[in-house]
Amino acid sequence: MTSVEQRPLTALTSSHVGRSGSVAWMTLPALAVFVLFGLLPLLGVLGLSFTRWDGLGAIHAAGASNWRTVLSDPGLPHALWVTFLVMLLSWAVQTPAALLLGVFMAGHQRYRALLAVFYFIPLLLSSAAIAITYKALLDPNFGLGAGLHLSLLTQDWLGRPALALGVIVFVVSWQFIPFHSLIYQGAVRQIPASMYEAAALDGAGRVRTFFYITLPQLKYTVITSSTLMVVGSLTFFDLIFVLTAGGPGDATRVLALDMYIRGFQANLMGPASVIAVILVLVGLALALLLRRLGGSTTASQMEGA
Amino acid sequence: MATTLSPRTETPTQPTARKPGRRGRRLERRNWLGSVMGWFWLAVVVIPLYWIVVTSFKEQSDYFAQNPLAPPQQWTLDNYRLVVESDFPRYFLNSVVVAAGTTVPAVLVAFMAAYAIVRGAGSRLLAVVNGLFMMGLAIPLQAAIIPIYLLIIKLHLYDSLAAIVLPSIAFAIPLSVLVLANFVRDVPRDLFESMRVDGAGEWTMLWRLAFPLTRPALVTVSIYTGLTVWNGFLLPLILTQSPDKRTLPLALWTFQGQYSVNVPAVLASVVLTTLPIVVLYAVGRRQLVGGLSAGFSK
Repeated sequence: MTSVEQRPLTALTSSHVGRSGSVAWMTLPALAVFVLFGLLPLLGVLGLSFTRWDGLGAIHAAGASNWRTVLSDPGLPHALWVTFLVMLLSWAVQTPAALLLGVFMAGHQRYRALLAVFYFIPLLLSSAAIAITYKALLDPNFGLGAGLHLSLLTQDWLGRPALALGVIVFVVSWQFIPFHSLIYQGAVRQIPASMYEAAALDGAGRVRTFFYITLPQLKYTVITSSTLMVVGSLTFFDLIFVLTAGGPGDATRVLALDMYIRGFQANLMGPASVIAVILVLVGLALALLLRRLGGSTTASQMEGA
Repeated sequence: MATTLSPRTETPTQPTARKPGRRGRRLERRNWLGSVMGWFWLAVVVIPLYWIVVTSFKEQSDYFAQNPLAPPQQWTLDNYRLVVESDFPRYFLNSVVVAAGTTVPAVLVAFMAAYAIVRGAGSRLLAVVNGLFMMGLAIPLQAAIIPIYLLIIKLHLYDSLAAIVLPSIAFAIPLSVLVLANFVRDVPRDLFESMRVDGAGEWTMLWRLAFPLTRPALVTVSIYTGLTVWNGFLLPLILTQSPDKRTLPLALWTFQGQYSVNVPAVLASVVLTTLPIVVLYAVGRRQLVGGLSAGFSK
């Protein structure tokens, strides 16, 4: 998103300009597939939000009626609220943990590298597999708690609204903390050693060094990682769908799930498209907001965001 | 964070003045909180994984009778047999076809596009094309799924593996182009010039020069794409319906729906579907971890 401006100006030599025609066609295959199955659908969803379609039959124009229906539906603010809660809580849990783990992993000791090998395993599993595992593990009758006879663990984890939300935040953290700590690890290793030496000479302790050197140096990394977390949290679908299916009731019905349920279970593609458009707008707004927060220099740090 | 750290803030760090050892070692030795977190997180990650593996070898009756964290009294492969007999080899094959069918073309066309964008820098047209791809990074798959569904129906591809492959390629392209372009940019200009003097065209330079020199990036991008598609759930869920078109994540979900009470069997299915990736992880850990952080490596 941000690296458009990054093209080195040095490449603008005269010999290249003349040749651009001879290479431009090489973008065609990628462009064709991307436009057809990526860009076109994005525009299409806006179009479909003004139609009536049940997913099977003919598509009819419907004017702004879907928008009126969805915007006046109390389900929308609820879904937005749940999405926001999942976003905020998973950010609040993941950021400090990933930061701490990243600093830990940045150490060059052997055992830390070994521990890191294990940390990454959750990243390899599909969200479906993770959700299925935790569903079994937390089952009040057949799960880990029941087997260990620990009443603390034998709760109806997925049957009570607050608990179910907590479980989702935990499982998301379990899955994604390693990814973010990997980002932090790389950033911590790039902090110049001289800064730490200076701090040590000044007699700064570990904690002060962390708050006065490590943390400020990681500012842009925190913004990058937070952007990925926040925007990424809008798209949690597999995990929540398999784990709770939005339940109990609609307690964990986030926007993406709300869209699926309206579209593919209730066969109301028009209103579902409205939700999809809202999803895109919220995502863009958050990405821009976080970019603004980071100031103009973040462009190079946000590569891949 | 602030609250967890505050106890440390209060204890003054005494050894600083006394022991002027090497900076790195001293700092790291005193990182108590980090160490506690490190070991704690190991437990958080490993205990569920251990539980999955151990349970998958237990008989269902054993599972209820004994401590869930104890190793099985009677090791059994029955659960795995049940999973294999439930058509998982077929789902496995589907996943392989979808992952390979997406990764190879996606990475190749993205590489060509990345090459053109770097070599044709300065062209207004290519800048626009690049801008389109970068915009693609911001498109969530969920938001585009309804029109994709419509498109797939119109193309008469519904309920086929191609229905999963085509959108997967499209959504793999933006990040692949971004990462690969960064690496093609690092190929020294002189090499291009000398090949051009020897009469090589862009097409030759693309495959003979840029391709071998960006191989590490190509591997990284392939792994990232392959893993994303292998684990993908939404596209198979929406674009297929017959059981023989299921990919592994979807099969896992339906399998659990069928055997939810048989926890050992469900966990055996999780182990079996994850095994190929774990093996891959054991073989090429560095590339895989690099692939997971694709886009941040530079």
